[in-house]
Amino acid sequence: MTSLFGEPIARLEDDRLLRGHGAYLDDLGHDALAAAFVRSPHAHARITDIDVSGALDVDGLVAIYTYEDLPGRVAEPLPLLIPHPALTHPRTGFPLAADEVNHVGEPVVMVIAADRYLAEDAAEAIIVDYEPLPVVVGVDAARDGERLVHADVPGNVAAEFIQSNGDAVAAIAAAPHLLELDLTIERSASSPLEGRGVLARWDTESKRLRIWTSTQTSTGVRAAVAAKLDLALADVDVITPDVGGGFGVKIVHPWPEEVLVPWAAKQLLRPVKFTEDRIEHFISSAHERGQRHRVRVGFDDEGHVLGLDVRFWHDNGAYIPYGLIVPIITSTQLLGPYKPGAYRVEFTSLYTNTVIVTPYRGAGRPQGAFVMERTMDAIAAALGLDRTVVRERNFITPDEMPYDHGLIFQDGRPLIYDSGDYPASLAKIKALVGWDSFPAVQAEAREHGRNLGIGLACYVEGTGVGPYEGAHVIVETSGKVKVATGLTSQGQGHQTVFAQIVADELGVPIGDIEVTTGDTRAFSYAVGTFASRAAVMSGSAVALAARTARAKAIRIAAAALEASPDDMEIVEGVVRVKGDPASAIAIGTVAVLSNPLRYAFDEAAKAATQFAGGDIDKPPIAEGEEPGLEGREFFSPIRSTFASGMHAVIVETDPRTAEIKILRYCVVHDCGLLINPRIVEGQIHGGVAQGVGGALYERICYDEYGQLQNASFMDFLMPYVSEVPDGIEIDHLETPSPLNPLGIKGA
Amino acid sequence: MTDAGLADVLFDVRLVVNGIVHTVAVPARRLLSDCLRHDLRLTGTHVGCEHGVCGACTVLVDGVATRSCLMLTVSADNAEITTVEGLTEPDGTLSPVQQAFADCHGLQCGFCTPGFLTTITAALADIPDPTHDEAREIIGGNLCRCTGYQNIVKAVLRAAELRRQLS
Repeated sequence: MTSLFGEPIARLEDDRLLRGHGAYLDDLGHDALAAAFVRSPHAHARITDIDVSGALDVDGLVAIYTYEDLPGRVAEPLPLLIPHPALTHPRTGFPLAADEVNHVGEPVVMVIAADRYLAEDAAEAIIVDYEPLPVVVGVDAARDGERLVHADVPGNVAAEFIQSNGDAVAAIAAAPHLLELDLTIERSASSPLEGRGVLARWDTESKRLRIWTSTQTSTGVRAAVAAKLDLALADVDVITPDVGGGFGVKIVHPWPEEVLVPWAAKQLLRPVKFTEDRIEHFISSAHERGQRHRVRVGFDDEGHVLGLDVRFWHDNGAYIPYGLIVPIITSTQLLGPYKPGAYRVEFTSLYTNTVIVTPYRGAGRPQGAFVMERTMDAIAAALGLDRTVVRERNFITPDEMPYDHGLIFQDGRPLIYDSGDYPASLAKIKALVGWDSFPAVQAEAREHGRNLGIGLACYVEGTGVGPYEGAHVIVETSGKVKVATGLTSQGQGHQTVFAQIVADELGVPIGDIEVTTGDTRAFSYAVGTFASRAAVMSGSAVALAARTARAKAIRIAAAALEASPDDMEIVEGVVRVKGDPASAIAIGTVAVLSNPLRYAFDEAAKAATQFAGGDIDKPPIAEGEEPGLEGREFFSPIRSTFASGMHAVIVETDPRTAEIKILRYCVVHDCGLLINPRIVEGQIHGGVAQGVGGALYERICYDEYGQLQNASFMDFLMPYVSEVPDGIEIDHLETPSPLNPLGIKGA
Repeated sequence: MTDAGLADVLFDVRLVVNGIVHTVAVPARRLLSDCLRHDLRLTGTHVGCEHGVCGACTVLVDGVATRSCLMLTVSADNAEITTVEGLTEPDGTLSPVQQAFADCHGLQCGFCTPGFLTTITAALADIPDPTHDEAREIIGGNLCRCTGYQNIVKAVLRAAELRRQLS
């Protein structure tokens, strides 16, 4: 049978989505009450009074909740999801503001009504009195510390963290050349087309809570809500419906609404739904990217980096529920494919009166790559060397793999690259973009009055971050195969690629495989979808679970056919003796035999009943076996696997208008072995578009009062097709990872 | 700003949606997108921004691509509306535009997709044989955060090809 691993097959998800039969959060719960929120119009203020009396006459009003109405743990601050020893002053928000608001958009009052229109009517009629407090916006205001976001956090400093490998300061002092660079990146935001949303039902008969939420981690929401509502984990189900994009923002949990809506549903004994609108997404979800960096780099005459010292300031917004992940990724992934002689990095994470900062695609890596690649270009310019030459001289070489940077990565584990071939990637990207012939192209264009430029950037991406994922493969007696894994999907094509893996590993037709993700009823142990980890983590777990099911199918079939397991194979859903196609059992029949029966439930099941045969001298289920043709396995690698890539771009600039036109965009990408090249290329296309948006168009603009000036798609300039390159040229390098059974890395 | 004073007054509106006649009683302020999604439960039409920029809510109103989040239900009285659910052929096969998206990997999360499908369907009725540049122009008003548009442009051209094969 032809292997499906590596084939660019069309996606299994698409048919239903193309018919309009997807089921996103707001497509569910037509019977639910609607939640709307009164949100702070102030960036920093004390709440002095909340007057709800004007809202009480609104038709359809069901309930109004303020902080004072919240009981027990619901009233406590939201969890600090990722503690870190350097995070000395963690602050998280309350589900509803207790007495102080710290950014525009912070929820203050929850209104529940018959529909969203009426809930907003009531919300508009609620009057909240505020006493404004001094506002802190931007890194400069935060670090001079004259005004404080949180009165008990001196200098607005949430954390200070230093990592080093070698003595960078001494190496820089002794180096023949020194450069100092100040590099700043502005804020952007994930901005999935679907915002956040949550629907909850309390089942009064079974006393169970069922939550649907547009999340990147259903198990995370489940654990957090169960803890908040003091429910047994077993009494809470969390289901991720179709999710209209995530890009990082939906890994944060529990959002205030994810606590409040389930709590209200349980209070009211009615289903309740919250669907975020676009302005709410801008002012009350999360942003990313905003950082200022100061680089000191010492290097020799050939461009070798002898010492690199980076100091940066990270604006983490009003609270820090996701810990230090973003600046830790900047501080470690900044190194990219390079090996400076010595490295020191120090960052300060600062509170400001703005929306929280949590991972957005790349999660700190774009900042690091920007800083390092600018530094490489600056070294090349200072020495009059070709930019690719300086880069190559600083590359980690394939024979140095695995390469230990002597730092701790975002997963709490050593920053050790597992594999990669950066010189080969550079050779490919230079060939693809025509690096060496570009000066002639540029000169010719200049003769025609056109200004062309070429740029190159390299990155290494820690993917497949732990701690684990698991998977369950069940062969039904029909021969259909049900696969479940706990992490969630937001459009990455997981159902397709996991089905490809199972089809190969188990030997069944892909059309017989159905994959479920992000539903705690189907698989309750999981971490979530972030850091390009789904294929590596769940893909590996799915492969292992399928192998277990396959081995069991072969054991059972071999016994039934009186053949040796070593002589068996599974092809197109039939377990058979190699070279003897007549000795064969359909895998669905093997599933029947795997479960010894007293009662036949259909014709096929008769084969497994007690008078149908079998060795009467052995127990019906052998020792160490279980009934059912299933496999359930977990995958937990020692550390992350490191994908890499290089992008080269040729642009034309118009000096009169400052317009930048992308003429060529080339990518060389190495994510290990490709499961589905079509899906990988789709991911690259999307990443390039977001990169172009981040570099040229998108910017979250706060004014000095903490008002977000561009909280709409009219003003926050996400790229349309007119802003993205017309064609993205892609070449792949496939350097297998030694850290997982499939040799893959995140894409 | 909503006007709660009129919230109680309902207006009967006749809509022909995907060939089926519906009569709904809605407040004046009810958006067509909300009526389609929550009154008629045709949830294939998605709402991405509610200010007419993203295009996810695009439906065909009397054949014209229209942002249903910018239209009141009452102003669609007697209109013929086609939503994504109505693009599929009567026998259940995907329309050329839908099939082209499947062929070209023109979607990832699928949230913006219905708006692209309706927009492209209307455009190809006017421009059956678009050039590459025209294909980009056709989708120039719809936002997608996943695909970088590369495969959507391909899908426009593929859909035109499939349409020609059918005719």
